Amino acid sequence: MNNKKKSTITQDKVVTWGGNLLLILLTVLIIVPVAYILLCSIMNPSVRNSVGVSLNLKNWTLEGYRRVFQDPNIWRGFRNSFFYSIVFTVISVTVTLLTAYPMSRNDFMGKKFFNAIFVFTMFFGGGLMPTYLLMDQLGLVNTVWAILLPGALNVWNMILARSYYKTVPIELYEAASMDGSTEVQYFFKILIPVCKPIIAVLCLYQFVAMWNSYFDAMIYLDDQNLQPLQLVLRSILVQNQINPNLVANMEKLAETAKLADLLKYSTIVISSVPLIVLYPFFAKSFEKGVMIGSVKG
Amino acid sequence: MRKKEKTGSVSAYMNQFGKYFRKNWQLYIIFLLPGLLLTLIFKYLPMLGIIIAFEEYSPFLGYFDSKWIGAYNFKRLFSSTEFLRLLVNTLKLSGYNLLWSFFPPIILALLLNRVRSAKIKRNAQLVFYLPYFISTIVLAGMIRLFFSPVGPINAIFGTSIDFMSESEWFRSLYIGSGIWQTIGWSSIIYTSTLAGVSQDLIEAAKIDGATIIQQIRNVELPALKPVIVIQFILSAGNIMSIGFEKVYAMQTDLNKITSDIIPTYVYRLGLEMGDYGYSTAVGLFNSIVNLILLVAVNYVVSKLNEGEGL
Repeated sequence: MNNKKKSTITQDKVVTWGGNLLLILLTVLIIVPVAYILLCSIMNPSVRNSVGVSLNLKNWTLEGYRRVFQDPNIWRGFRNSFFYSIVFTVISVTVTLLTAYPMSRNDFMGKKFFNAIFVFTMFFGGGLMPTYLLMDQLGLVNTVWAILLPGALNVWNMILARSYYKTVPIELYEAASMDGSTEVQYFFKILIPVCKPIIAVLCLYQFVAMWNSYFDAMIYLDDQNLQPLQLVLRSILVQNQINPNLVANMEKLAETAKLADLLKYSTIVISSVPLIVLYPFFAKSFEKGVMIGSVKG
Repeated sequence: MRKKEKTGSVSAYMNQFGKYFRKNWQLYIIFLLPGLLLTLIFKYLPMLGIIIAFEEYSPFLGYFDSKWIGAYNFKRLFSSTEFLRLLVNTLKLSGYNLLWSFFPPIILALLLNRVRSAKIKRNAQLVFYLPYFISTIVLAGMIRLFFSPVGPINAIFGTSIDFMSESEWFRSLYIGSGIWQTIGWSSIIYTSTLAGVSQDLIEAAKIDGATIIQQIRNVELPALKPVIVIQFILSAGNIMSIGFEKVYAMQTDLNKITSDIIPTYVYRLGLEMGDYGYSTAVGLFNSIVNLILLVAVNYVVSKLNEGEGL
């Protein structure tokens, strides 16, 4: 008996330690690549190539950042991405919150019909070419609307908002309609103020989704002046096209290649700054969104 | 007689609806209409455009005057040498992805549930969620830098493999980076389910002398089971809708043997080669398979979820 208990305790110890070790390993696996990029972005490229990363301040350089900040494409990309993300978030969340309201009302006539119309689009779509041709015929190709409008009503988010509305006590609505307020008045004065948590979640979802996406911009925006940051990053990081002016004064080809890598590391860091600054604030909201979603899941 | 009754009930319904509409017009015009219009224009109009899958579509002739060729594009697809390779690539990539990335988040949630200090748990979670917010492009850029022939991974192992050009590495890189990016994020749903499990049950099991493994098997896993089942079925239903963005960002001319999947083929055919009708046909094939899978999955979910599907 005593022996059995002892073996139980040793087994538990092994399991606990093994588990903790796995957690530490995962933490390291996530932090090391991120830290490596941060370090490489300030590492003298010749040193990085010969001895790897070093913590010696002498081998550090801000050359990469200096050059990336000189790239007008990056700045324009930032400006465009902020514009798209903010305007898209406003349009999308407004439309989504509005649509979800009648869909949350049990007495809404035609609810089933409209719900079927919305939900079907989650299952089936026209596909790439028919959508592209339509956008072309509507004259939206190479305009900001091609990026802002098609995904504005996100059905999944509409379902999230709808289930959140349903948690609001019906007495609020009854009291408001007794006082003679219209649907619009009830919605803006009473419902929206108590729905701030879900609104925050939806805003973050849409902002991050827009900030990180590149596909729509790639197919609809040829005009360089309209391109968001992710497309600028794509040409630098994926297509390996670095603004020649930024590496121009490097004489040897090998030097240029090393500098190009330095610029890539610096570009990754700079492009991630907005999300990293906001990250601790929004990680929690996102988590909440997943949990609201799982209620319906 | 019967007919009359039917029209009577329709007009009665219309009457009732008219009354309801007059009283609640705001619900339709102010709340519903913007979202409905966006959906009809940007989701349903393109569905009408699918007609070009059956035409020798020319932008100059338009939808109505282009030559009707029936199912020719589909015959062309099914008899093409590329079809089988594309289908296998698509299924292998998403199938392996499902198998490899499904269980790590569950294990992570079980491990986190054993961390006693709430502060450590909280901070660990913040670290684990972080990669989820890295954009596809930046992730692809990181992979290219880390796995380049002169990159750190090759330096560690003293090799000089050009991972991005070797087609046999594509799936591993895609799936591995996917696990790295989403393990923390995908574990939230399990972590929050476990948080709802009464600690008393675990305490009781402990007093009974259950080992940690026994506690997990008898208390935690049964609590997670419904969530696991639903998550698995949902991912299985999405097997044909694997994201285009990341595959395309990781694709190189040399790894296409494995990285060419139906969505990237549709893109290349349509937007790079201008073969509109054929591209639409290939896309339609993919959507229909996907639709069938999703309907089947939704049916299973609604059976499990007491009649409530999506």
